[in-house]
Amino acid sequence: MTTRRGLARPDDIYQALMAAQSGLSPEDAERFRARLILILADRLGDDAAVAEAIAAARQDLRRATGA
Amino acid sequence: MTEGFHYRTYAYARSADQDRARPAHHPVVVAGGGLVGLTMAVDLVQRGVKVVVLDDGDQVSVGSRSICVAQRTLEIFNRLGVGARCRAKGVTWNTGKVFRGDRLLYAFDLQPEGGQRNPAFVNLQQYYVEIYLIERLAELDPAALRWRNRVEGVIAREDHVEIGIVTPEGGYRVTCDWLIAADGVRSTVRGALGLPFPGEAFDDRFLITDIVMKSAFPPERWFWFDPPFHAGRSALLHKQPDDVWRIDLQLGPEARREEELREDRIVARLRAMLGPEVAFSIAWSSLYTFQCRRLKHFRHGRVIFVGDAAHTVSPFGARGGNGGVQDADNLGWKLAAVLAGEAPEALLGSYDIERGQAADENILNSKRATDFIAPKMPAMALFREAVLDLATEHAFARAFVNSGRLSVAAAYTDSPLSTADTEPWNAGPAPGAPAPDSPVTIDGRQGWLHDLMHDGTTILCGSRAQSCDGHLSVRVVREGDDVEDATGLVARRYGLDSTVAYLVRPDGHVAARFRDPTHGAVTAALARLHGRAAA
Repeated sequence: MTTRRGLARPDDIYQALMAAQSGLSPEDAERFRARLILILADRLGDDAAVAEAIAAARQDLRRATGA
Repeated sequence: MTEGFHYRTYAYARSADQDRARPAHHPVVVAGGGLVGLTMAVDLVQRGVKVVVLDDGDQVSVGSRSICVAQRTLEIFNRLGVGARCRAKGVTWNTGKVFRGDRLLYAFDLQPEGGQRNPAFVNLQQYYVEIYLIERLAELDPAALRWRNRVEGVIAREDHVEIGIVTPEGGYRVTCDWLIAADGVRSTVRGALGLPFPGEAFDDRFLITDIVMKSAFPPERWFWFDPPFHAGRSALLHKQPDDVWRIDLQLGPEARREEELREDRIVARLRAMLGPEVAFSIAWSSLYTFQCRRLKHFRHGRVIFVGDAAHTVSPFGARGGNGGVQDADNLGWKLAAVLAGEAPEALLGSYDIERGQAADENILNSKRATDFIAPKMPAMALFREAVLDLATEHAFARAFVNSGRLSVAAAYTDSPLSTADTEPWNAGPAPGAPAPDSPVTIDGRQGWLHDLMHDGTTILCGSRAQSCDGHLSVRVVREGDDVEDATGLVARRYGLDSTVAYLVRPDGHVAARFRDPTHGAVTAALARLHGRAAA
């Protein structure tokens, strides 16, 4: 997958992602991530890009764990 | 327990076929006199085809069953002479509401645009629709429908079909050129031909019940996820004529039939939903699971499958009955043309392609709704919860909420009968899509465009579109000449200007569209439409 646009402050974003989940139970963290995925998909606003992102994530998991 | 509708019995009558030494021969036999078989028969008889309908029972559909009659079905029923009765009796609705718990998540309008003869839906018990079709068929051919004639054996030959029939007075045989199998999800004909019916069965059980209740609830489709009266499951409330209300309650995979169908149990569930004060009585109830299946092919030589005999879906989306009616609408004109020698048998191959595509679309939508309503794995449940939570505040998430994607007319995008566009169009129905109806003025009087297109092949064209005349058996509807587009809606819905022409099939789908076409281009599109495309 080609990166569409680089983030200006990747460290800030990564930290914000972690901070949002800190102190959450594993179940609530999962709930948070489901919401985030849906919101991000909407913000992308491009069906093909979302489908590509889903495929890229799944492929990377397969490569890493064989799942 | 049962109240409300009174089911009459239709009398068995001995036919002359039963006294013949050798089997009588008919051009078309329809197995099954339900919603789809009757639609098929009326369509064919209207086209001048002699039809015999065999039904194993002596009643119309028991229970309201397929209640949501979609706009496209109403258009087809108009053509078949029962549309006005359905509209008059049915409960018109365009609005759906989706609740989560006791809160309204959102409402949707299925018909935001005016200038329509038919609403997005009317709700009407299947037994009423069948009665209207039975009466219409009797008007056209009083002897067409044979009650208590059960198809027992089918032998499909290369150029005809042999059928064994059992009646209260014993058996007899007939032969036919074409057998239309409209005998439902447990099709005898499908069994007799040994055809597999592959697909998927779902575990979740649902309680469906019709109650008679005086209520001021609006005529809208109300769907709940996790309602307070039925925690953790889904529920549906929908109005029908005669103060009958459809209620559908998801019970989960563990529900037991013997227990759930006990009247006290059903009443307790309904009380929880409707409150302690409301007076109601139960007219019909049933416990169901559902399946999504289809035959690989709908045509097997001289046997052609329609409706649930060909494909079956879950009820979410009202795609079973409406899909079956569209099957009949698609097949009728083709079979009539083949029988009249106006088209080669190959035309029937397009029925399999077009309605196969529609069945796939219906099954896809049905499965998606089912997966949302009854999540099969933890990830599905997790995302569903996220979608429903988000939907309250975030409008975008409502698009993911799936309580059933309601039936709309199929567009035959891969049809071999369509002539592809040769130039870009930014308005109007593409080849394969249904040609929309519109209010028009005919001889100074308000009418509807579809009434001018009924039954035959039509060219709808602008005032200066040349080369549309002089084609055999084609009706030309010319704007400004035959009709006046007083509201401008025809121009808008079709992108119609003075040089545009649409070739519309007898089932009201677009076959081709042109700007300033040559005579040769129209002739070629007509040949393709009738299954005679140059290879």
